[in-house]
Amino acid sequence: MSPASKNNFPQDWQPTASIKNLHKRAQMLKHIREFFAARDVLEVETPLLCQTSVTDPHIASIKVQRQYLQTSPEYAMKRLLAAGSGAIYQICKAFRQDEAGRLHNAEFTMLEWYRPGFDHHQLMDEMDALFQHLLEMPAAERKTYAAIFHEHLALDPHTADLAELAACAKAHNINVQMDVTERDTWLQLLMSECIEAKLGLTRPCFIYDFPISQAALARIQNTTPPTAARFEVYFQGIELANGFHELQDAKEQRKRFENNNIERQRLGLPTIPIDEYFLAALQHGLPDCAGVALGLDRLIMLAANCQNIAEVISFTF
Amino acid sequence: MSMYGLNEIRSGMKLIIDNDPCIVVDNEFVKPGKGQAFNRLRYRNLKTGRVIERTYKSGDSILAADVVEVDAQFLYGSGDDWHFMATETYEQYAVHEAEVAEAKMWLKEQSDCKITLWNGTPILIVPPTFVTLKIVETDPGLKGDTAGSGGKPAKLETGAVVKVPLFVQEGEIVKVDTRTGEYVARVKE
Repeated sequence: MSPASKNNFPQDWQPTASIKNLHKRAQMLKHIREFFAARDVLEVETPLLCQTSVTDPHIASIKVQRQYLQTSPEYAMKRLLAAGSGAIYQICKAFRQDEAGRLHNAEFTMLEWYRPGFDHHQLMDEMDALFQHLLEMPAAERKTYAAIFHEHLALDPHTADLAELAACAKAHNINVQMDVTERDTWLQLLMSECIEAKLGLTRPCFIYDFPISQAALARIQNTTPPTAARFEVYFQGIELANGFHELQDAKEQRKRFENNNIERQRLGLPTIPIDEYFLAALQHGLPDCAGVALGLDRLIMLAANCQNIAEVISFTF
Repeated sequence: MSMYGLNEIRSGMKLIIDNDPCIVVDNEFVKPGKGQAFNRLRYRNLKTGRVIERTYKSGDSILAADVVEVDAQFLYGSGDDWHFMATETYEQYAVHEAEVAEAKMWLKEQSDCKITLWNGTPILIVPPTFVTLKIVETDPGLKGDTAGSGGKPAKLETGAVVKVPLFVQEGEIVKVDTRTGEYVARVKE
C-alpha cells in the first residue's frame, strides 16, 4: 500500500510491510551487527530527544514542545568520539518533518558509523565491504562529483555560472516553477533529475569530492579547485548514504552553523539554537576521523526487491 | 481561494496552474539527503488535455481549482454553440464549439457525456468511452472478406471517419472506442 493512498480507516490497521520482509529486515540488522562486531566497532545509543537540532536550512526538525526529535545522531556521536570512544556505530531512528514519499518517511532508520584514523576513501572501502557482506553485489565504482557532471551533462559543476546551469536544465526539459538564485539549487536539481537515476545501476556507485558550498560537516581539501571531502552512495539510481572526512575545526564549524541560521532567516524558517556541547567537544578535540550515515530502510528495500520503503517498514507514518 | 502546499497535493486534486484548471496525475517528493527538497508534479491541463511535468520547491503552494465533473446529455448544436443538459439538475449549458473539441465528432443528439465545470463554466466535454453510430458512407467491400484484412474508411452519422473491416457496409451500426477512434464491432439494430 502506498502512503499516499493511506486513510485513517480502522480497516487499515495492517502493517505496510509483509511478514516475509520483516524477516529480511531482521536478518539484515543481524548481519550488520556481525560485520561491526568482527571489526571491533562499538555499538552505541545516543538520545533521540534532544535540546537542540541541526541548523541545515534544508532539513526540518520535528519539535516536541521545547525539545527536538533528532534528525541524525551525528553531534552526539562526535561527542563520544571526542571523549575517546574509538570506532563507533549506531542503528537508530531519525525524524524529519514533512518527508513522505516512495523513498521517504518522517520517521526512518539510520545506520551511522565513525572511524578514527580513516579518511573518506578508507571509509568508502569499508562501506563497500559492508555492501558485499549484506548483498550479493560486485565491488562499487567511484567517480568524482565533477566527473559525473562531465559525463552526463558536459558541465563543470565547480565553475558553471547560474546562466549556464539554467540553460543546461532547460536543454534537459526540466520545467522549473521557482526562482533559483543559488548555484547549489541548480546543481541539486540537475543531480536529482538528470544524473541520479543513472547511477549505480549494476553495482553501487560512490560519488566523492563535492563543491565546497555543499560541504556540510566535511573538511575542505586543498585540491584545484578546492573540494569538500564528502561522498554519497547511489545504488540502482537511489541515494543511500552520505559521508564525510569530518571537519575538526570548531571555529569553522561555528561559522557554518551561523551561516545556516542566516540562510534560515532569509528563507523565513525558524532559527535553531547552536549545539554548544557539540562545538565544545570539537574545541576539546575530535580525532581525525571519517563518518557516514546510511538510510537503512532504502537499503533493505533494494535487498528485498521492493519499490517503496513502506514495504519494509512495519507501519509508515 | 484556498491554496495547497506541495506536500499535501495528491493525484486527482484540481489546481490552477498558469491560469488554467489542471488535474494532478502524480506528485513525487524529491529530497537529496543534503539540499533543497523538490516536488516533481505531473498534471493534465483540463483545457488542452496535455500532460505537463514541472518541478517546484517543496515549500511552495498552488491555488486550488473549483472544478467538478457532471453527467450530461447533448441536446443540439446551433451555430457556434453546442447545448447540453446536466442529467441530475436539468440545468442547461451552452458550450462554444472550441470547447467541445474532439468530443463533437462522437456526439449525436441525446448522447450521454460528461461536462467538466470550472467555477460553474463548462471547459471540457468528454464523450462516453464507447459510442454506437450508423455508417453513412463507405465503399462496398469485397464479398467473402470476414477476417478484416486491411480495412477501409467509413464516415459515421456524426461526421467522424473511422477505419472499418471490408465486410462492414453502409447503413450498418458500429461500436467505436472514442479514446482511440478505433472500430470495435458491428452492432445489430
